[in-house]
Amino acid sequence: MRATAPGRRFFRHPTAGPGLFVLTFFVTIAIAAPFVAPYPPYYQIDIEHPNHPPSAQFLLGTDPLSRDVWSRVVYGARVSLGIGAVAMLVAVTVGTAVGAVAGYFRRWVDTALMRLVDVGLAMPRIFVLLMAVALWEHIALWVLVLLIGLTGWFGTSRLVRAEVLSLREREFVAAARALGAGAGRVIFRHVLPNAAAPIIVSAALGIGHMMLLEAGLSFLGMGVPSPTPSWGNMIADGWHKMAVAWWSATFPGLAISLVVMALNAVGDALRDALDPRRETV
Amino acid sequence: MAAWLVRRLVASMAIVFAVVTITFFVVHLAQGTPCGGERPLPPDVCERERAVFGYDKPLPVQYVKYLAALLHGKMGYSFGLHRPVADALADAIPNTFILALAALLIDFALGLALGIYQAARAGRFGDVAAGNVALLINSMPVFWLGLVLLLVFAQWLRWFPAGGPHNPILCPRVDSLYCLLDFLWHLTLPALTLGLVGAASTARYQRAAILEVVRQDYVRTARAKGLREQRVLLVHALRNALLPIITLFGLAFPFLFTGAVLIETVFAWPGMGRLAVNAIFQRDYPVVTGAALLTSAMVVLGNLLADALYAVADPRIRVRGGEGGP
Repeated sequence: MRATAPGRRFFRHPTAGPGLFVLTFFVTIAIAAPFVAPYPPYYQIDIEHPNHPPSAQFLLGTDPLSRDVWSRVVYGARVSLGIGAVAMLVAVTVGTAVGAVAGYFRRWVDTALMRLVDVGLAMPRIFVLLMAVALWEHIALWVLVLLIGLTGWFGTSRLVRAEVLSLREREFVAAARALGAGAGRVIFRHVLPNAAAPIIVSAALGIGHMMLLEAGLSFLGMGVPSPTPSWGNMIADGWHKMAVAWWSATFPGLAISLVVMALNAVGDALRDALDPRRETV
Repeated sequence: MAAWLVRRLVASMAIVFAVVTITFFVVHLAQGTPCGGERPLPPDVCERERAVFGYDKPLPVQYVKYLAALLHGKMGYSFGLHRPVADALADAIPNTFILALAALLIDFALGLALGIYQAARAGRFGDVAAGNVALLINSMPVFWLGLVLLLVFAQWLRWFPAGGPHNPILCPRVDSLYCLLDFLWHLTLPALTLGLVGAASTARYQRAAILEVVRQDYVRTARAKGLREQRVLLVHALRNALLPIITLFGLAFPFLFTGAVLIETVFAWPGMGRLAVNAIFQRDYPVVTGAALLTSAMVVLGNLLADALYAVADPRIRVRGGEGGP
């Protein structure tokens, strides 16, 4: 089987390979967590002597509660990557739906939805999330994920709307309509497939944003509740002891940075591969 | 232009009004009362205090009263801080503004320089190395970068102080040259943290913008005239490549304010972000609503300013009054 042109362009991109490698690494340790982590993520190994520096026994040291940092990074990958992926899925689904409806039906539907998006983009997002989390005394993880996703679709909807606005004027859409296709069929079968490239790219870049947001919320103590390890609340757990034990807050942050960087690299490569008009020099 | 500006101003005010309304209701829906916290008040005292502040009335009544007071320039009284909200915000805003301004300065100075450098050496080692470093910094959680900088420059090297806006004993107020320097010294690390993350994305945009412009005919003409590459890039290409930066300027506002929420916590910087976060924890309703009002106003005005600047800078998209926008 011959590789398609976008596929070849993707792999020829200098950052695609390393990016995919980093992502594969973290996804693998997340899936294989029980085999990669030497200790259970909640196990307090030696509570009398916490903050053990990195060594052969504790690869990345132990945290102020004497839990193995490497094991928690491994299990935290499940939480952090999972939140990023699911929240992004929510955001892209809602954003695409709103953008497609606004762009296709135009008139007052468009006006109403886009004013809503204006308000959404003007809301200080981290405030909104903090307030929403404060609504509940103890927040369930899926509610948090939903909230992060539901406050993250505004940008995508603008992007999709712009794309749909230009696509709906094209001949093949007019042809579909002339053949009697309904609005739903035209949007799903004819318009959206042609708008797939920017949606995919914004999804790839979006996971990173979601992960950073989760980290920020957890850092303020309003995200993933302890003791569940997420990379964000691991930084929150470790930063007060940073002066004596730099490793417990540093490594989870490094993991976030690497994954987000890999996602950005893959997103860039995807954009160049899917849109040959936009050549990067 | 004037008609467009009026339209946009009205729209902006409507957006801020919507944000205030949403914030008002969401924060009042939150579980728990202001009486909770570490030392909860007895229930009868709590009821009395709630009546004093009018929190026993139905929510719509409270909302109307809040809006009426807002029109008179009153933002309510904070029971957490025991002072009018307007005073508390007035104390916090300058700190956030100075931090954001310093960060913006670092962002654009460093971002532009790096972007131009990268474009000049496009595809070569310097460009690729700088691009990867910028991408990495841009991918870091901003508060984590702050923590790492604190660890290295405050804890290990002891070059900079570990937090706060000034030396509390020698310089409680900025009233001498020494204290001004002390303030700037305290400002460096938080501003650098926010500025570096911003600069990383500014550089990416700037590099792309220059490389886009370099393909234009007038750049070829400039080169054909025999101008040196340096002059071609810095004089002919850069002027036109600066246009997208204006958009970036508008986009920087939301980032600076959300970033400030986290950075102010890391560096114990007494700005609006920290004020708002503490108020959310304490259910200090009027402070939260006031902070949301100001932040959204700032974001909307930033976008408006960017659009207006764009129209002024680029005659091709000058707007016709009334219809549409830039």
